[in-house]
Amino acid sequence: MHITIDETKCCGAGQCVLAAPTVFDQREDNGVVILLDADPPEDQYAPVREAAAVCPAALIEVHE
Amino acid sequence: MSSNPTVVIAGASAAGLSVAEGLRRGGFSGRLTMIGEEVHLPYDRPPLSKEVLSGAWPDAKTLLREPGVFTQLDIDLRLGTRAERVDTAGRTVTCSDGSQIAYDDLVITTGVRPRPLPGTEGVQGVHVLRTLDDAQELRSVLDSHPRLVIVGAGFLGAEVASVARTAGADVTLVSDIQSPLSDVVGAEIGELLLQAHIEHGVHLRTGVKVAAVTHRDNQVTGVELADGSTLPADAVLIAIGSIPNTEWLAGSGIPIDNGVICDEFCRALPGVWAAGDVASWHHMGLDARLRLEHRTNAAEQGLAVARNILAADNPTPFTPVPYIWSDQYDLKLQIYGQTRAADTFAVIDGDLAERRFVAVYGKDGHVRGAVGANMIRPLRAARTLVADWAPWSRIEQGAAV
Repeated sequence: MHITIDETKCCGAGQCVLAAPTVFDQREDNGVVILLDADPPEDQYAPVREAAAVCPAALIEVHE
Repeated sequence: MSSNPTVVIAGASAAGLSVAEGLRRGGFSGRLTMIGEEVHLPYDRPPLSKEVLSGAWPDAKTLLREPGVFTQLDIDLRLGTRAERVDTAGRTVTCSDGSQIAYDDLVITTGVRPRPLPGTEGVQGVHVLRTLDDAQELRSVLDSHPRLVIVGAGFLGAEVASVARTAGADVTLVSDIQSPLSDVVGAEIGELLLQAHIEHGVHLRTGVKVAAVTHRDNQVTGVELADGSTLPADAVLIAIGSIPNTEWLAGSGIPIDNGVICDEFCRALPGVWAAGDVASWHHMGLDARLRLEHRTNAAEQGLAVARNILAADNPTPFTPVPYIWSDQYDLKLQIYGQTRAADTFAVIDGDLAERRFVAVYGKDGHVRGAVGANMIRPLRAARTLVADWAPWSRIEQGAAV
């Protein structure tokens, strides 16, 4: 799995951090997403797919 | 479900797309048809009143998925056609192009449309903002730096005021509530928003109703208020809420009352589901009937419906912590849970005056909502209080957030 993001679309909702906190974080000042791990381990696949699905800006792309 | 089941999704926006992707991701290999009234590929609506209206984004950036994704997911996407009728006994949907589609499961994601202000239909210069086409129209009007009167100070009205003012329009925001969003976030934060708009040069007329929109030769000339005053206008935006698109379901047996009435699983009838702005469902955690017109809910509820379709014998109640955000000037307001009709309010971090804060809302002795501005991590901690429906006494004891 490889993750790409378009952070210019980010609205700072933080739904990705709630779904997969070891893969995503947010900047403290504006809440914009930080991708901590673009190639996450297998135990994170399901949470990452969830994060991509619920992202309200549809900015997380998961390549599998 | 039959061996090669068909799911028909009526409505091709965020909720519908979420259903389709959730089904495929969950292993659904049957036929998947998505019907959309607009001709555009599924696109995102929150940027319409923000980055699209300001011109910061090209329209294409609102596309929710690359065009190729629909082929990859084997979605029969029928755009520019409307679901017009449903026969729940025969399980067929009839579309505006005359086609009939049989379904095993139908998901209603037809959304809402702007509530019109009576007497303004067809008047030139009167705008609503729901679709990409609406946003393009309003954006072209802003280019001429018009006198813009916005009727309604909810999320849409307040956001457009912010963008239009920044674009150089002369903006008046009119509302029967006392301050922007005060019905949602309460008087304290409403007042803060009011001040922010005033600082940016927006004229505020709050606590007053609109009597009429005036026009001459079918061109809008102004807005007449109930106090007798008139606001001259080159353009008027009506932002007074929305109406669920459910008329096409009349006579189908699907229960309708301010949206599609669903149970806790987002199911309206056997084989009929709803998600997104149009869906009214019973939230078991809050023990309340909710219909949320918010982007995050569209994605989460679409996903929940997909899962429940795939696990029809063992569905899961949909019990999200609702989430909304709103951008106005440099203020990013984030809202979790239920803040309307709260009976208690407390700022638990930061300071309202600095426009950097976390506030919580309680009802009947429990935390039900939280609002934050420019405090990302502390707000996420406060979300836990909302999700746990924490007793209000924890706030009084200075809950560690």
